[in-house]
Amino acid sequence: MTKALIITGFGINCEQEMAAAYRLANAQAHIAHINDIFDGSCTIHDYDILNFPGGFSFGDDLGSGKVMANKLKYKRLPNQKTFLDEVKKFIADGKYILGICNGFQFLVRLGLVPNVQIKFEQEATLAQNDSGIFEDRWVYCKVNPQSKSPFLKGIDVLPLPVRHGEGKLIMASELSQEVLDKNLQALTYCAASGHPALDYPANPNGSAHQIAGLTDTTGQILGLMPHPEAFLSLYNHPDWPSIKNKNPKINEDGQGLQIFKNIVQHINTKKT
Amino acid sequence: MITTIQISKAPSFSDVRGHFLRKQARAQLGIDTGIVKHTKVFAINYPLTPAELKAFANECIKDAITDDVFINRFWEDDSFQSYIAIAKLPGVTDDEGMSAQMALADFLNKKLDLKTQHIFSQEIFYIKNSLSENQLLTIAKKLLANPLIHHISVFHKHQAKSSFRNLYVPFVEMKVDQTTHHINLNISDEDLRRLSKKLILALNLEEMQAIQNYFNRADIISQRAAQNLKPNPTDCELEILAQTWSEHCKHKEFSAVVQFEDLDSGQKKTINSIFKTYIKGATDVVQKNLQANDNQWLIKVFSDNAGVVQATDNQLFVWKVETHNSPSALDPYGGAITGILGCNRDAMGTGVGGAKLFFNTNVLCFGAPDYDKPLLSGQLHPKQIMEGVVKGIEDGGNKSGIPTVNGAILFDERYAGKPLVYCGTGALMPNQFAGKNAWEKPIDPGDYIIMAGGRVGKDGIHGATFSSVELDEHSPHSAVQIGSPITQKKLADFMTKAAESGLLKSSTDNGAGGLSSSIGELAEITNGAIVHLEKVPLKYAGLKPWEIFISESQERMSLVVEPKNVAGLFKLAQKMEVEVSHIGNFTDNGFLDVRFDNQCIAYIDMDFLHNGVPQKKMVAEWKKPVTKTVDYHQLNDLDLNAMTQAVLADFNVRSREPIIRQYDHEVQGKSIIKPLMGKGQAPQDAAVLRLNFDGYEGIAVSNGIAPKFSDLDPYEMSCGAFDEGIRQIISVGGQLPNTAKNDGIFWSVNDNFCVPDSAYDPVNNPDGKSKLGQLIWMAEGLYDMATFFDIPLTSGKDSMKNDFKADGIKISIPPTILYSMTAKIPDIRRTVTADFKQAGDLIYQLGETYDELGGSIFFQKLKIDAGIAPKVRKQKAKELYLAIMEANRLGLIASSHDLSDGGLVVALAECAMDARLGAQIDLDALGDAPAIVQLFSESHSRFVVSVRPQHQQRFEQILKERAFRIGQVTERPEFIIQKHQEVLLAQKLTQLSNAWNTPF
Repeated sequence: MTKALIITGFGINCEQEMAAAYRLANAQAHIAHINDIFDGSCTIHDYDILNFPGGFSFGDDLGSGKVMANKLKYKRLPNQKTFLDEVKKFIADGKYILGICNGFQFLVRLGLVPNVQIKFEQEATLAQNDSGIFEDRWVYCKVNPQSKSPFLKGIDVLPLPVRHGEGKLIMASELSQEVLDKNLQALTYCAASGHPALDYPANPNGSAHQIAGLTDTTGQILGLMPHPEAFLSLYNHPDWPSIKNKNPKINEDGQGLQIFKNIVQHINTKKT
Repeated sequence: MITTIQISKAPSFSDVRGHFLRKQARAQLGIDTGIVKHTKVFAINYPLTPAELKAFANECIKDAITDDVFINRFWEDDSFQSYIAIAKLPGVTDDEGMSAQMALADFLNKKLDLKTQHIFSQEIFYIKNSLSENQLLTIAKKLLANPLIHHISVFHKHQAKSSFRNLYVPFVEMKVDQTTHHINLNISDEDLRRLSKKLILALNLEEMQAIQNYFNRADIISQRAAQNLKPNPTDCELEILAQTWSEHCKHKEFSAVVQFEDLDSGQKKTINSIFKTYIKGATDVVQKNLQANDNQWLIKVFSDNAGVVQATDNQLFVWKVETHNSPSALDPYGGAITGILGCNRDAMGTGVGGAKLFFNTNVLCFGAPDYDKPLLSGQLHPKQIMEGVVKGIEDGGNKSGIPTVNGAILFDERYAGKPLVYCGTGALMPNQFAGKNAWEKPIDPGDYIIMAGGRVGKDGIHGATFSSVELDEHSPHSAVQIGSPITQKKLADFMTKAAESGLLKSSTDNGAGGLSSSIGELAEITNGAIVHLEKVPLKYAGLKPWEIFISESQERMSLVVEPKNVAGLFKLAQKMEVEVSHIGNFTDNGFLDVRFDNQCIAYIDMDFLHNGVPQKKMVAEWKKPVTKTVDYHQLNDLDLNAMTQAVLADFNVRSREPIIRQYDHEVQGKSIIKPLMGKGQAPQDAAVLRLNFDGYEGIAVSNGIAPKFSDLDPYEMSCGAFDEGIRQIISVGGQLPNTAKNDGIFWSVNDNFCVPDSAYDPVNNPDGKSKLGQLIWMAEGLYDMATFFDIPLTSGKDSMKNDFKADGIKISIPPTILYSMTAKIPDIRRTVTADFKQAGDLIYQLGETYDELGGSIFFQKLKIDAGIAPKVRKQKAKELYLAIMEANRLGLIASSHDLSDGGLVVALAECAMDARLGAQIDLDALGDAPAIVQLFSESHSRFVVSVRPQHQQRFEQILKERAFRIGQVTERPEFIIQKHQEVLLAQKLTQLSNAWNTPF
């Protein structure tokens, strides 16, 4: 059975729904406190998918996800390696990483996405929304058909909630074209029709190129601001009564669940 | 030596924070700042080599992409003329500084003492234009800081260099004073009064005398002598008694003997405790009725930090709503965030403790944002209060990962002195933790007292007594605290884990009164405790022993742990980086024994501590207000289009969307009916959440509140608020309780009374008797409604001194009661939302409209002071609710919205606007009352629903004469209302929506 590890602690707060997502996708889900990794009682290498959920790690005090990223980058495990060293091995082993919202912010700060230069250096940042405030609203996301990410396979447009104050992607200017050329922009904010979302609030934070999510060049790592784990059931959608009114027999799964089903299925196929 | 790191946005990136301040200063203060540059400064009081400092600044503080960094120097640009620097005051929570030092420890891979503050954060704003000192201070105080918690400095270009050189860093410097004093109580009555005032004990003469008598008792003198205590009480003992007996903790007025006289009928009666007679009295009756019908879900009421009911076969639901009004008046952000975090701790400390926090609610009452009366000394502008409170609720919920699912905001100029900030928290527990009932709170002598979470500082000393006195310009500053959601989140995660692992035996929170309150209350279970105050970890040295015991420093819980589990608990705490300290043990010797360095500094008889307070005696009277009637003919020429727009744009009606969006309302992934639904804007009657990911059982959450009717009729106001809470839950598809045997439909309601000072005093409070009369009527309403509908109160709170006094003026709130209701939803898939679903659906009004425009938004707009308050007709309401439940069982209702503020017009507009569907309405079906009454009356127990045409017949058979078919949903985005074939109102949806979306 596919095994997903979900990291929590120090203000991460979406671990329960993330675990539920994997269970509903027929995978095993284990939630571990980050210090379980640091004291060596849990190792990421026992798992197929490493997950960094959303939340406010360390209150996002020095910038979203910054203190946590710093911990992953510098704090030593009992084997004297850093968490980031372990992650690099995990990726080299062909495994998968998903970071959502605060988790995406760690991935970006750790240089795991977009990592277009493959130097594991920070190449982008998630800055304060143009609106200046935290906002919870539903948006549409368009999947880049050229994206390698197995998480997103077969998905075209999907509605998801965003819930953040710092989600505006800014890329180092000299690298942004390369990111686009390599199709690392896995998800972009769009209108219901799938057309690019040029304006607020369809682009909820002013992100460059409407980017909502990024992969690395291997396609094994996906980071995104919107919350697919908050759309596991049709009944999470704000317009579900109308949707159901029009189509009483509609599938009761939420569209966000597909991302988790995709990766679990992908790994199961690889294993067999 | 202090070193500094400053960061600012590099010129090519937009400085959102600076830009935002510029915009705010222009819009709210009319001050043109020119460009504003925002920078952050970290002052570091920890030895680092230059190389370490540089690497730390670049790697851990600076954003690699967008920031510039300056080490031991400051960004300079001569074109900026004015400066504002905002630091925290000493001892004020500085999460950014603390997080920075956490990052430093990780970066260096060193074990730093993370509990002592080494890094202090502050902000410096560079302002282009040359502003006067006054203007700079105005910007600082209105938009950036609160002098009660912040150090503000403003300066100009020529002072910049020296100001930077002498940067303010908020070290705590205090003389260490660990002495305990004895205080002579054998003094005159006048001196007793004076002493109470001087020490801010907030005890009246009778209470001071009771304490005097206690310490003069021969048995007490000899028992204390055995502990080496002199006969006179110590400062610690007096503080403990004052805290335990404070109105806030003991609810003396709700427990008082009240002599009530109805001046209209001349009838007199004696009420022995409002709480026991009405609130607990009602729940006792309800419990009997439930049990008679084999409904066994009421698990724990009034005896713990929160009410507990059985939610599903294996889950308990915990529900608590509190107020945090006085602190929010002084520091809106800090008041609100500590309010919400404090309420969270109540839920965390219920039963064994460790419940999972499931959702938050908030109901806020403010003065109108356009309040234009001169502000009194110490009074903040309502808009500033609102912005601070909203931000506090945002951070309190969002940073804790708890969705804010439901709330309300009300405006009335009488809230301009003291705002009301109601915070609610729902939580879930399994029936059992490690084989023990989760709702029980067992403690045995010998069990360890463990303090967990934050450290103790001078925060909030006298908070409990402070909220029991009126605010004035001399209110002590230590009353203000800032919450740290991240500290508490770690604590909450730890508690859950500890409970699940069976390490936790019981727990309670440290709120008002600090350790004194939490340990004092837990010790009642075993009848005694011994506490060693020198073991309590402090934020900084210098606290007196008694200060340690009553300090209200936030984010702390008191845990009860069996000796065999102590090691395991400490190990878990270390892993999760939560500080825990063994500070004492429970005993059964009948005394609260408090020591410092093993010297006894308080030794109080448990029975006296908890039962020694003399019962308060109060007087109440009541005279029904005279009702004025209205001649509707004089309103014949009114432009109903304009009136509709004005009502929709009213502060109490207009869209709350911009505020709601700042609250994360869907973290945890279980929200089903969110505050905004449909295409994204439609407000809903109640929140609905599912309880688990693998099932569809859920819970509905609503709020009933209607202070605008208080003056007209406090009884009907209370009944109406109760009805509002019920009808909102019925509207979303909920069910009344106890309608069938063992149906599992739990209801759990918290009542929160907020009233002005109701203790009669011929000089200071001459109308106190009639204010208490109003309160009695409110309680009567509560009793009648709860017992009629079999809906139990499970917990609640009363806040009795909601007056703001300064400069010889008193601003008192209108008597206000909030009913925070929760109820079981058996299947969330069958719930109903407010927005219309499709063109062609039939629109009905359910329930009857009466000529009840008193207090309505409509009359408020026209400044008409007349009419009667809406009445609740309980029997009719219940019949209607049962019929709606039947219609929902059959899935016949497509949309449903309850009628409240603004009446039928507002409800219809709200159903239509977001759906982007029109409505064609004909009022003839509602009978012959004047159109104004039909459109704008705020009669209770009514709904607007839409029904598919194919369901019409079955729906009408069920609803019978209670349903009035008033129109149809139309594709055309227009809103047309006619009566007697004449069009009264014709609006495009965009017109309605523009009015409704007027920004605050």
